[in-house]
Amino acid sequence: MALSRRTLLGLAAGVPVSAALAACGSSGPSKSGGGATYWYLNGQPQEGVRAGAVDAFNKAHPKEQIKDTTFQNDAYKTKIKTAIGAGQAPTIIWGWGGGTLRTYVEAGQVEDLTSWFDEHATVKKGLFPSSFGAATVDGKIYAMPCETVQPIILYYNKKVFERVGAKPPKSWDDIMALVPKFNAKGIAPFSLGGQSRWTNMMWLEFLFDRIGGPELFQAIIEGEKNAWNHPDAITALTKVQELVKAHGFVKGFSSITADSNADQALLYTGRAAMMLHGAWSYGIQKADGGDFVSSGALGYMTFPPVEGGKGDPSDTVGNPAQYLSISSKADAEENKVAKDFFAKGVLQDEEVKKWIDNGSVPIRLGTEKLLAASKNADFLQFTYDIASKAKVFGQSWDQALSPTAAETLLDNIAKLFQLSISPEQFARNLNAVTAK
Amino acid sequence: MSALTGHPPRREPRSILPWLATPALVVFVGFAVIPLVGVFALSFTTWDGIGAIHPSGLTSWRAVLTNPGLPHALWVTFLVMVVSWAVQTPLSILLGTFLAGRQRYRAVLGVVYFVPLMLSSAAIAIAYKALLDPNFGLGAGLRIHALSQDWLGRPGLAFGVVVFVVSWQFIPFHSLIYQGGVQQIPKSLYEAAQLDGAGRIRQFFSITLPQLKYTVITSSTLMVVGSLTFFDLIFVLTEGGPGDATRVLALDMYKRGFQANLMGPASAIAVILVLVGLALALLLRRLGGRDAGASQLEGV
Repeated sequence: MALSRRTLLGLAAGVPVSAALAACGSSGPSKSGGGATYWYLNGQPQEGVRAGAVDAFNKAHPKEQIKDTTFQNDAYKTKIKTAIGAGQAPTIIWGWGGGTLRTYVEAGQVEDLTSWFDEHATVKKGLFPSSFGAATVDGKIYAMPCETVQPIILYYNKKVFERVGAKPPKSWDDIMALVPKFNAKGIAPFSLGGQSRWTNMMWLEFLFDRIGGPELFQAIIEGEKNAWNHPDAITALTKVQELVKAHGFVKGFSSITADSNADQALLYTGRAAMMLHGAWSYGIQKADGGDFVSSGALGYMTFPPVEGGKGDPSDTVGNPAQYLSISSKADAEENKVAKDFFAKGVLQDEEVKKWIDNGSVPIRLGTEKLLAASKNADFLQFTYDIASKAKVFGQSWDQALSPTAAETLLDNIAKLFQLSISPEQFARNLNAVTAK
Repeated sequence: MSALTGHPPRREPRSILPWLATPALVVFVGFAVIPLVGVFALSFTTWDGIGAIHPSGLTSWRAVLTNPGLPHALWVTFLVMVVSWAVQTPLSILLGTFLAGRQRYRAVLGVVYFVPLMLSSAAIAIAYKALLDPNFGLGAGLRIHALSQDWLGRPGLAFGVVVFVVSWQFIPFHSLIYQGGVQQIPKSLYEAAQLDGAGRIRQFFSITLPQLKYTVITSSTLMVVGSLTFFDLIFVLTEGGPGDATRVLALDMYKRGFQANLMGPASAIAVILVLVGLALALLLRRLGGRDAGASQLEGV
């Protein structure tokens, strides 16, 4: 057939449109392929471990296939929400548990796994007990805890401490006393990526716990009226502002983002003496900081107690785990594959080894020997001890609260650190969104 | 845009030309009108983006209108609009006039100068963010103390930086429009002025500027309406911060809708944005007078 100009034009006009329409139609996971779909975050080294677990499961179970798709962090948060809202959720939903999981539960979008965990008690017993808190909504378990535990840790630069002749702080008063010492030498006492806002939040999480004990934030989560106005809460908020006023944080902290890792760079280049950050920061400093970690210059400790505070210094905060839920829209076959993956595919020996090699502590119990044999043994043992011995492992506030409250919280935290609102105003603004 | 098009083409007998607009119309209805109606409908509901959509009458509107964040976001949006207009317009006119000359070096300069126009807003924001970093940025690198300010961490400075970066990005575009406008001005006017002994400055104020009236209106409309949609640049540069110092309306809408899961109030803000944009565009057309679409060359 000779191609006339008209057919060519017709083709040219038709192809993009039909391609676009086809793309619209197939953007959700397809239901035809059998097997389950699974969406999670990309970015190395975590992505490789996740993909490895899926591959291993698919190889071991030829009849039960999992199709995985990866997304970039911020894009994923919007995408998964839109997909669930449109009834196009993947079978297995990767997430952070807590407040977001609660919104899924309240919308009836994820399956109740309580009875499944009762039937598979060995699976449950093999994981950190503290990891189940953020998977539980109103007494029922809606997610399988997975991957690693990430408590918040106080890092410090040993070289800088030696140069100034100072010792790591043992209490809040020590912290306040160290601030002028470092400032006098032109070193920032604390590095902080304040534009990301959740970075500032870690300070409040610890101060609330150390001063008022875990009950203080628990009352907030439960929607108790005026919970943010509690005298202990006001004390904690005031202490943070005192630290800001004393120039405790690096100059320009509110324009530094954590994503760029500039806050980590301040610590390992010796421009800042200390930094409060997640356990994941160890791997970043090891990768980016040259010989900083290998030369033993990186010190780490847990957040010190506050004089007269009610909190137990063994308590910690951070991410108790990551979480996998099953979409309630999944059909019977997909559902079965997902559950088999939970039982026989998540945190198997191979995956556990990979997490440890990457410098993180998987939430499986009984890995002490593997941790001790690792190149990062000291740090991993430290993290494991914090996580397994903590009486209370508080979940990061922005994950624990509903997304609506979390957004108001982060906004007001930025303003609190900016000194543009008082502790009392902060409490008032937040009572309005968290009280029931 | 009508100021640029000049005379409408002579009417063709029984032309099929109107039908050629159909594809554009279909796209416009599909991707603009229908979503707009959807957003309007959503603004009367409460929806977290995940569960069921509940009609809730005016609840979302009330939530938006009684929230102290709205006047602030409107004020910031207005301020960005006015200040960036006031910065961009005089510079664009001067640059456009300068670039309209015939020397070869001006053409080279013009090409170099248009580079910012080809970069995406996100790339520009990331680059500026790195340059302005108080600890690792330009100031620290060159050891110029005055440059290592907390540019994005202090409300006043952050606002200034946003206006500066917006201007840096868009002045080339508007200069291009003015360059075209200046080249349209008949040479005979300048020749007459020269005979009357008018200097270059006098010529600029008595001929160039008045002749650019409609170009100013076109460019201003684009600037003003465009400034309502500033999002990507501010989102990457400051995320609306510090605090809410640079939180414009479009950013407020995104944060409420996609970060705080409040689709109803976010839709209400979207409707407000559309209304403000329409009102501004109409107002600017009115300022241009009824003959804005007519040729400026008639009677010369």
